[in-house]
Amino acid sequence: MPEPILTIKNLTKKYGENVIFQHLDLTVNEGDTIVIIGPSGTGKSTLLRCINLLTRPDEGQIWLDDMEITAKDCDEDQVRQHIGMVFQNFLLFNHLTALGNVKLGLSKVKKMSDEAATEKAMHELARVGLADRADHYPGQLSGGQQQRVGIARALAMDPRIMLFDEPTSALDPELIGEVLEVMRQLALDGMTMLVVTHEMGFAREVADRIVFMEKGYIVEEGSPDEMFNHPKFPRTREFLWKITELYGKKETDTN
Amino acid sequence: MDFGQFISYIASGTVYTVGVTLIALPSGLLIGTILALLYVYGGKAAARVMNLYSTVFRGIPPLVLLFILFFAVTRGINLSAFWAGSLSLGIVSSAYQMEIVRGALLSVSGDQLMAARAIGMSRLQSIRYVVLPQAVRLAIPPWSNEAAIVIKDSSLVYALGVPEILRRAQLIGASSQRYLLAYLSAAVIYFLLVFGTTRLLAVLEKKLTIPSNP
Amino acid sequence: MLTWLGYFERFGQNFLRGAGVTLELTAVGLAIGFVLGLFLALARSYGPKWLQQVAGAYIAVFRGTPLLVQLFIIYYGLPEIGIAFSQNLAAYLALGLNSAAYQAEYLRGSINAIGSAQMQAGRSIGLSKWQTIFYVILPQALRLALPSWSNEPISLLKTTAIVFLIAVQDLMAEGKRAATATFDFVGVYLAVAVVYLVMVFVLDALLKFVERKTKIPGMDIETSR
Repeated sequence: MPEPILTIKNLTKKYGENVIFQHLDLTVNEGDTIVIIGPSGTGKSTLLRCINLLTRPDEGQIWLDDMEITAKDCDEDQVRQHIGMVFQNFLLFNHLTALGNVKLGLSKVKKMSDEAATEKAMHELARVGLADRADHYPGQLSGGQQQRVGIARALAMDPRIMLFDEPTSALDPELIGEVLEVMRQLALDGMTMLVVTHEMGFAREVADRIVFMEKGYIVEEGSPDEMFNHPKFPRTREFLWKITELYGKKETDTN
Repeated sequence: MDFGQFISYIASGTVYTVGVTLIALPSGLLIGTILALLYVYGGKAAARVMNLYSTVFRGIPPLVLLFILFFAVTRGINLSAFWAGSLSLGIVSSAYQMEIVRGALLSVSGDQLMAARAIGMSRLQSIRYVVLPQAVRLAIPPWSNEAAIVIKDSSLVYALGVPEILRRAQLIGASSQRYLLAYLSAAVIYFLLVFGTTRLLAVLEKKLTIPSNP
Repeated sequence: MLTWLGYFERFGQNFLRGAGVTLELTAVGLAIGFVLGLFLALARSYGPKWLQQVAGAYIAVFRGTPLLVQLFIIYYGLPEIGIAFSQNLAAYLALGLNSAAYQAEYLRGSINAIGSAQMQAGRSIGLSKWQTIFYVILPQALRLALPSWSNEPISLLKTTAIVFLIAVQDLMAEGKRAATATFDFVGVYLAVAVVYLVMVFVLDALLKFVERKTKIPGMDIETSR
């Protein structure tokens, strides 16, 4: 029986009157790659931010392993170390080199020595294939390279789980592949991942489970085979048909 | 008196002009930075107080504010005109420098703070290691402008009797009856100070520029 | 506190008279500065090479030296070579010549922002260079400059305070006289500061109003402090 790393129960988030999502339940097991799909504005990004405590949910609980991270006495900064986050717009620290970006958390949060932090950071950069770009600043890197540094920065903290918030949406089509490849390799290495994306090819090939979210609810979840080949709900079928069509079009555009 | 003596008498006031600037500018920066941090990260009440400070202090002519602070300070404690004038000028400048630092802090996007928090850094660490280093770079050009203003405004302490460049130009102008030459000489020295400072800061700005591909 | 409020009653007339002089100084300085500043901005952007350099040097010198020194050169220095001004005239001149350098920079910024594309567009329909400048570029540039330019009247109003040092009878001079009469320097100058603040706020509100009225929809540039 696989161990759940992340358990979400009855989670609700509102902005004033505006309900982002409601009564959400989700479990992520160790080593799983879960892909969340759904139309824009259905609360997928907000969900990831809640998990990382970058915003506070209004109701419900989240457990990371056995620890309830939504508890009042829980140390946010402590929790965030164990949850890696990759942002749509990379959000690298503009004033630091690739190496500096990866090192910062190691030296300031984990209080590692400079030497140890450098060694660890170089290891993570090598993992995303960017060891030779260590001394480049974000402004000197392509979008795809920046996002890979973003992944290395999160990985360096040795997180229990990695959250990806549309990691390829801001990239030019020809740069998407290199980022997806890094993520695919991570999944193969057994990293636990929760990914919000529109990349259906990635979802179909890498995901253990696909979750379809719409208007703040989880409509349906299942294996890629179930979701793509025999979805239970017409809404799921409709969305997948639309998005695959769009995705297909994007590919022909670039050719 | 020959021309050399004439000039060197005025130029010896540079010590005071530079001294006033070197006290006023950093003290204004220190106060301004603290107030700007409170303004941006200190919550609504703090922001309101800081906004009032900024509006009032920047709405009063520097000379008037200098006089108020100078007389208030010297009434309370026994300070020389040099120190009281310099510190007063620093307080005048603090309101302007607060706006510079605030602008720089605000132009580092909030996302940078979020990204820092996401790897487990505390709020204070995030501000210290991620926001401030970027804000400092953004602040250099407007700060260079403020440095030039403070150098020029240091001439106001002439009215308090500090023997800086302008005061000395006046004294030697009166004794030699050569005002034009005296004040022109003072102008040249001020110009060199302002010009040198802004050039120096431009070099610093260039040095600190984060490399990027066009 | 009551004594302090009493200053407004006791010196109110004097303060008002001084404030009038201060506003006059601001208005005249601004006007001289605008005309000369516009000339400098045009000279710097479109003049022949030598004129560009002269305009550039003028701006650098007047921005690079204290106004107080400029004022003293004009009032105390120039009579030595036979050019003597009254106190008020010297003050107008110093404020105007100084403000011109700053106004030139505001105007030049917006002239450059309008840019060579509009020049090409003007020339392409057969306007001459100076026709394009006057009928196409300036009307846009002046409106574009307004938000950043509106710092100048307020800044100038505040700087006028230094002219009391050559005994112009402005608000600050009235303040000094009242301060000497009462020996309460802090209190009287605080009262003077209040009068300046009121003038600055009213002027600021006025400028914001003009800015809103003359805004061209969709046209904006980033304004620095």
